[in-house]
Amino acid sequence: MIVQAVVFYLFASVMLLSATAVITLKNPVHSVLCLILAFFNAAGLFLMLGAEFVAMILVIAYVGAVAVLFLFVVMMLDIDFSRLREGVVKYAPIGIVLGVVLLAELLLLFRAVFGEGRFETQAVTDDVTNTQALGQVLYTDYIYIFQSAGLILLVAMIGAIVLTLTHRTGVKRQNVGDQVSRRPEDVLEIHKVEKRTGV
Amino acid sequence: MFEITLIHYLFLASALFTLGVMGIFINRKNVIVILMSIELILLSVNINFVAFSAYLNDLSGQVFSLFILTVAAAEAAIGLAILVSFFRSRGSIAIEDISSLKG
Repeated sequence: MIVQAVVFYLFASVMLLSATAVITLKNPVHSVLCLILAFFNAAGLFLMLGAEFVAMILVIAYVGAVAVLFLFVVMMLDIDFSRLREGVVKYAPIGIVLGVVLLAELLLLFRAVFGEGRFETQAVTDDVTNTQALGQVLYTDYIYIFQSAGLILLVAMIGAIVLTLTHRTGVKRQNVGDQVSRRPEDVLEIHKVEKRTGV
Repeated sequence: MFEITLIHYLFLASALFTLGVMGIFINRKNVIVILMSIELILLSVNINFVAFSAYLNDLSGQVFSLFILTVAAAEAAIGLAILVSFFRSRGSIAIEDISSLKG
């Protein structure tokens, strides 16, 4: 029990600290690295809740894809970071006031409604793992939503490619179709040249 | 004190959500940090879903957190692609320049 509490507080405090660092650090590269740390700690919390599959997907999809995408964009764009920090002092007080009010409201609401909620000790089922159980509902009850999630990813992929693909002019490219459809009679001219005269 | 109950996870998720909202307000000029704050907000929603899934002993919460992960990945990809394409045309990603997109 105490070990569980210590692990929970460790993950939770590291996650909240790194989330604070994400929104306060000056350099966006450091922000992205703190975001990765927050995702890892969230994955640890999911493991504590018994959601192994979601925890691993969080590490693979978020840390492996989304955070690296952020890092790539931050490093690729040549941004003047000091200009992006201009309004921070002006906007910080209103942000802090709003945050305190929102946090107080959420805490009061949750404590009033779910203050007594305890996790039941789950019956140990040896034959079905978390991943198997998720697959059994994901491919049967939620099959249409699952398919549309795939469709959303396809649309996002096509959209990202269309947005960032540029056709540069003045670049020589190999066009296989043109090369194959080239015929001798189109490109060759045969001249009969008389002796001792030019063409 | 030492028993981790549902309310601990809910408090943690609301603190993370608040940090995300504060990040949007504090970094008003920086689109990249705003996108990262949106990721934090979605992560807090995921924590809520998974905590309730464990509390109610129902797998639907974990299924929906998978779908939220999908939508978050798509949103990050599209947002960063828009950012890259805007930076190519303008040479900056300052928010006040983006307001020239309207009408």
